[in-house]
Amino acid sequence: MTTSALTSQPHSTWRQLFSSLFVSFSLVLVLALSSQAQAQVSLEQYKFDDPAQESLFRELINELRCPKCQNQTIADSDAPLAKDLRDRTYLMVKDGATKQQVVDYMVARYGDFAYYRPPVRTSTLVLWLGPLAVVLIGAAVVLWRVRSGSEEAQLSEAELAQLARLQTEKQDKSE
Amino acid sequence: MAEAQTSKSSLRWLVLALPLVAFLALTVFLLRGLFSDPTELSSALVGKPVPAFSLPDIYDTSTEHTEAVLKTGEPLLLNVWATWCPTCRAEHAFLNELAAQGIPIVGLNYKDDSRAKAVNWLNTLGDPYVVNLFDERGMVAIDFGVYGAPETFLINHEGEVVYRHVGDVNARNWSQLLAPMFQQLQQQAKAAAGERGGEQS
Repeated sequence: MTTSALTSQPHSTWRQLFSSLFVSFSLVLVLALSSQAQAQVSLEQYKFDDPAQESLFRELINELRCPKCQNQTIADSDAPLAKDLRDRTYLMVKDGATKQQVVDYMVARYGDFAYYRPPVRTSTLVLWLGPLAVVLIGAAVVLWRVRSGSEEAQLSEAELAQLARLQTEKQDKSE
Repeated sequence: MAEAQTSKSSLRWLVLALPLVAFLALTVFLLRGLFSDPTELSSALVGKPVPAFSLPDIYDTSTEHTEAVLKTGEPLLLNVWATWCPTCRAEHAFLNELAAQGIPIVGLNYKDDSRAKAVNWLNTLGDPYVVNLFDERGMVAIDFGVYGAPETFLINHEGEVVYRHVGDVNARNWSQLLAPMFQQLQQQAKAAAGERGGEQS
C-alpha cells in the first residue's frame, strides 16, 4: 500500500456516503411532500366572508394536532374527533377569536400535545436544541475528518523518504 | 515520540467509541419507546376543576345536569362510553361490579349513534351509573379533553380531575393502579369532612 492510497481512500468513502445520504434524503422529502398533498380532507363546508379569517382557519388546522390520530394535523385527519375540532376552530375563528385564543383553548383541553409548535420549556428543550446539537456534532466530525486527512496528505519530501526507509527496515527485520 | 503516539491512539479509540456509545444510547431510548403507549397522554385537566357544562339526562332529556353532579363531596369516577365502542362493552361488566361495591360512577355517553341505542344498552347490560349524561355532539367531551372511548376520570371530593385513565377499566388495572388512588381520595374526602365537622362543633 502506498501513502497516497492511505489518504485518498477515506476521502472517497466519505464522498460516497454523503452523496448516497443526499439522494435518500431528497427521495424521502419528495415522498413526504406528495403524500401530504393527498391527505387533505374536504374543507368546502367551511365558508368565510372574511378572507383573513379563512387563512387563519387554514393556518390553525394545519398546526393543531389530532389527539386521536397522533401523527396528523386536524386538517389531515378523517377521524370524527378531528372533524369536531375543525368545527370548533371554525366557530371560534368566525366569532373573531385570535390565533392564540384558539391555540390556548386546545392546549387547555388536550395539553401541549395538541399544538405542533411546542413551547420552549426545560422539558421541551431537547426538541428545540436537539437538531442543532446533531448538526453541530456532524459539522465537528466532518471538520475533524477533513483536517486530520489533510495533515496526513501534507508529508514533506524528507518525511516521505523517512517513511519509506522505516518500511524497508521493518521488512528487513521480519524476514 | 512514543508518548505522542499513545495519546494519539487513545484519542482515536475515544473517537471510534463515541458513535458506538451514541448508538447504544439511541437504542435504549428507542427500545423504551417500543414498550410505551403513545395514546396514554396525561390529561391537561389534572389538578384542575371539572369544566362547567349542562347536559341532558340520557333517560329523560328534559332533565338537565350540570357540573354539580361531579362535586358531591365524595370522590367519584367519570366514565366516557358509547355503544359504538367495543372496549366499552368489554369493561361494562366490571363497572357494574364497581357500582355494586358502592363506588359512584357518573356516565358520559359520548357521541352515540342514537339515544335509543344507548338506553337499550343500559337496560340490557345494566346501569352502573349514578347519573347518566348524554353528550350527543361530543362538545362537553372536548372540554374534558376526551379523544376516544372508553376513558375514565378520577375526580376528587372538590370536583377536581386527579387522573385520566385511557382504555378499559378492568380487575387488573383497578386493583393495581386505580383502586389505591381512589382509596386515597376517599381518605382525603373523609379528612376534609372531619375538618368541616370540627369547625361546626
